[in-house]
Amino acid sequence: MATATKYIGKPLKRKEDPRLIHGLAHYVDDLVLAGMLHAGFVRSPHAHALIKFVDTSKAQSAPGVVAVLTAEDVRGQIGAVPCAAVLPDMKAAPRPVLATGRVRFVGEAVAVVIASDRYALRDALDLVDVDYESLTPVVDPEKAISKGAPVLHEPSPDNVAYRWELEGGDIKKAFKQADKVIRQRILNQRLVPVAMEPRGVLAEYKPGEKTLTVWSSTQIPHLLKTQLAAMLGAPEHSVRVITPEVGGGFGSKLNVYPEEAVIAHLAMRLGRPVKWVETRRENFLCTIHGRDQIGDVEAAVTKDGVLLGVKWRIVADLGAYYQLLTPLIPTLTGLMLAGCYKVPAIRIEIIGALTNKMSTDAYRGAGRPEATYYIERLMDLIAAELKKDPAEIRRKNFPQPKDFPYATPTGVTYDSANYQKSLDLALQKSGYAKLRKEQAKLRKQGRYLGIGLSTYVEICAMGPSSAMPAGGWESATVRVEPTGKVTILTGASPHGQGQETSFAQMGAEILGLTPDDVHVVHGDTAAVPYGIGTFGSRGTAVGGTAAYKSLIKLRDKLAQIAGHLMGEDPQKLVFGDGRIWSKSAGNKSIGLIEAIGAAYVAKTLPPGMEPGLDATTFFEPSNFTFPFGAHVCVVEIDAETGDVRLLKYVAVDDCGNVLNPLLVEGQVHGGIVQAVGQAMFEEAVYDEHGQLITGELMDYALPRAGALPWMETHRTVTPSPVNPLGVKGVGEAGTIGATPAIINAVVDALAPFGVRHVDMPAKRERIWKLMHEAPPRRAPRAPAKAAARRQAGRRAK
Amino acid sequence: MIPAPFEYHAPKSLEEALRLLDRHGDEAKLLAGGHSLLPMMKLRLAAPRFVIDLGRLKGLDYIREEQGMIAIGAMTTHAEIENSSLLRAKCPLLSETAAAIGDVQVRNRGTLGGSLAHADPAADYPASILALEAQMTMNSSMGVRAVDAAEFFLDMLTTQLRPGEILTEIRVPALGKGTGAAYCKLSQPASGYAVVGVAARVTLAAGKLAQIAVGVTGVGPKAYRAVNVEDALRGKKASEKLLAEAARHAARGVEALADLHASAGYRSEMAAVFTRRALERAVARAAGTKA
Repeated sequence: MATATKYIGKPLKRKEDPRLIHGLAHYVDDLVLAGMLHAGFVRSPHAHALIKFVDTSKAQSAPGVVAVLTAEDVRGQIGAVPCAAVLPDMKAAPRPVLATGRVRFVGEAVAVVIASDRYALRDALDLVDVDYESLTPVVDPEKAISKGAPVLHEPSPDNVAYRWELEGGDIKKAFKQADKVIRQRILNQRLVPVAMEPRGVLAEYKPGEKTLTVWSSTQIPHLLKTQLAAMLGAPEHSVRVITPEVGGGFGSKLNVYPEEAVIAHLAMRLGRPVKWVETRRENFLCTIHGRDQIGDVEAAVTKDGVLLGVKWRIVADLGAYYQLLTPLIPTLTGLMLAGCYKVPAIRIEIIGALTNKMSTDAYRGAGRPEATYYIERLMDLIAAELKKDPAEIRRKNFPQPKDFPYATPTGVTYDSANYQKSLDLALQKSGYAKLRKEQAKLRKQGRYLGIGLSTYVEICAMGPSSAMPAGGWESATVRVEPTGKVTILTGASPHGQGQETSFAQMGAEILGLTPDDVHVVHGDTAAVPYGIGTFGSRGTAVGGTAAYKSLIKLRDKLAQIAGHLMGEDPQKLVFGDGRIWSKSAGNKSIGLIEAIGAAYVAKTLPPGMEPGLDATTFFEPSNFTFPFGAHVCVVEIDAETGDVRLLKYVAVDDCGNVLNPLLVEGQVHGGIVQAVGQAMFEEAVYDEHGQLITGELMDYALPRAGALPWMETHRTVTPSPVNPLGVKGVGEAGTIGATPAIINAVVDALAPFGVRHVDMPAKRERIWKLMHEAPPRRAPRAPAKAAARRQAGRRAK
Repeated sequence: MIPAPFEYHAPKSLEEALRLLDRHGDEAKLLAGGHSLLPMMKLRLAAPRFVIDLGRLKGLDYIREEQGMIAIGAMTTHAEIENSSLLRAKCPLLSETAAAIGDVQVRNRGTLGGSLAHADPAADYPASILALEAQMTMNSSMGVRAVDAAEFFLDMLTTQLRPGEILTEIRVPALGKGTGAAYCKLSQPASGYAVVGVAARVTLAAGKLAQIAVGVTGVGPKAYRAVNVEDALRGKKASEKLLAEAARHAARGVEALADLHASAGYRSEMAAVFTRRALERAVARAAGTKA
């Protein structure tokens, strides 16, 4: 990349925002086609039941109803929900698009009603009579895999979907040599992604052209197209998927859902466009959930805090069925369990458990937040046990910059890093030493300040293809139009990440134009080359690289043309201000438009050169990238209520080179907020009957602006060697780094009460109980009294 | 999220609204700001056959001073109460309470009368209405009657309102010199409703707590006056210790609610904490020391 840049690396405002802010964007629900029908799903109120009989007659004859279909009516016509993950000895748990004979979670679709309008549809949904015979549900994953539990799927009589084991180094020796062994059970609660826009699908079939067009709020238009063709038995070239504006995904739309196939099928079957838009309640019940793991750790350490070896046993709750990547996600946790530390020996056992709940799958971070949370809690547990500063313990176990590329005992190779540097910067920017002094002072007054650290590494830029179930490359076509405008068609499908802006910056930089001259097109399988999609922080590192390479190809071609026209060496030409300049001869230049014109008019091209300006690249990365960073969180706990107040947050992230720092900052802020959600507020709670009791926003607590801390973001820059842009990806870093920093701060605040671990979310009552069950050690006064005094002190001011 | 079919009426006058209410009886629901009724209808937890919208009705949104009292029309929104210069000057407790409700959108639509008539056990207003010893005016085709706030709330979602009656006005006292009041709340993190909400009103005379009223919401199935707290304070000289001890009685004799966000035990403990905080603030305000 150029050293002095005009657009790359500059904080340009997002090109996407005006249309979003002005209400000019179009989501699936905004689309209206002539003759469009509306579909809705009858869903199981039981977590586990046999379907004895479905009576659709009353609904069929209700006003406005066009059709009512059950599994029986689509038998053999729509394939099962696809799962791209294949693990050794994985047992089958196929999900039919409509429940067949049996339901396995609350919200599973049993029938679909199609009506002329939404009102008639909603009334008719209540008229479908389903006779269930309820079965005992299994809700707790540990109970699910223990003897005598009710069985969900016949192929796995013990509800174990798979066991995934990994061992590296000499674990026996590590524990033999250990001065101390530290054990802890650490939970990662189930979360609901809650994208602002729920899912939605609209499908239209044109019998004359025999083409099926599906508009879906998805992160993966191309993969959806291929899967729909397979599920429906339709020729793939007749299927087109378009993603209109997508109002958030966070992984929840990195999937192929039953509703997408059913709606497409209906459009073909009925010969009219059919639309379905998810309600918020459905979004809670039947869009994938995230996390839900129980982790047990045993760590062997020396008395100085050097890690010798770690044993992990993780039970991952997969839910009732496999969605696209369900079984894969916990294994990503496994790969990252060494964190950013030298772990000489490791043993990991992951058990995927089937339960009567919605499937879990990729949710922002997808497996890595779990890993980072486990290991960062472990580092603090070690520090507490050995009475050492958590920063010191971390420092002691970091690999050094000279150790990179660094191979972990889990079999991955970290590309580049300087963990020490990012930690030092975070400590310095947060005023860590001063904070510790302040903490000691306040403790004497009965006030509980907590300081939490997290140093993380994550795995990003998914590719390479060798490690990805459906390929890990990305595509881009760049077209320089005859009028001098540039179109970048990306196979990645950004949905909020801002690549319409950052790719335009790249195009402007390379071709010497302005970002307004460059338009980025995505999310239409008929327009853009086949692509993989946007997830796993890959949009820029993989998709951006494809665009970069295509831009370079066109720049080189334009240089060839210009060199030919100017009689100059193409190697010595530079692009800028809409012109192509000769470096060698004074101010000699031609307009870019002249070279472009030559390419299209094709009368003055260099001999043998093809006309046109269109270049496509399929970029295959050689490795993942491994962004890293250090976060510091400061909290104060109100001893009277257990309320945790986030006072300050300092994030140092290293995502390699940066195309647009505003976008990076936005991603970090948003990631931290989602981490605040998991650490402090959010939990998907199923009761013992398998009913989701946090099924709406009145009960499922998302973080609100008022609960957020002051956030300070800083960066170190360690370019990635695995792509020419040197970028690593930043879409998930905030969430991965912040969750443990927050909980470590909470536990740190509670140290005077002898607390060594707190499970998420750090709800007030949970904290309050910890403080009131164990009076503070060496604290001079009872917390209630001290807080009363504090209040009085404030009043006096 | 579409409600079951219903017939919609938008009366232009109170008389017309009362006539409709008489005609449709139990099958009708009154719609004020709609922030409780509409979500329940959309989730089909409520399916009234007739909806009588009071939103087009003139003359039920006002805040005015009448003979030492402040009269508030039932259709006055939370935002109007929050921002009323009259209330802020003479009965700031109500403005403080309104400001603690939901978010700006909710406060722009929701109404005082709607909230009180709905009687959600975790609503904010009931605590302050009780602490202010407000008067509730109810109209029916038979005439007008008024009850004290203390008699108004009967049980969870149940009030004094009889079939055919509409809550039309709430009268609160203008607070004089030497009187201070405060509303302190622990919010449920998802809904914003009160896990515990406490309103305290105290009048100091010769350094003593001459008058005292404490209303508590969120803790039990209905909002209540914490008479045990009041009794422990009346006539005594306010001190930090006394307030804290009295506040311990805040949930005495009340069967506290339990949910995902707070157990019964925690709710009761928080009732004491927030009662003490409200009392401290009210006393400071009464004494003219800012809080």
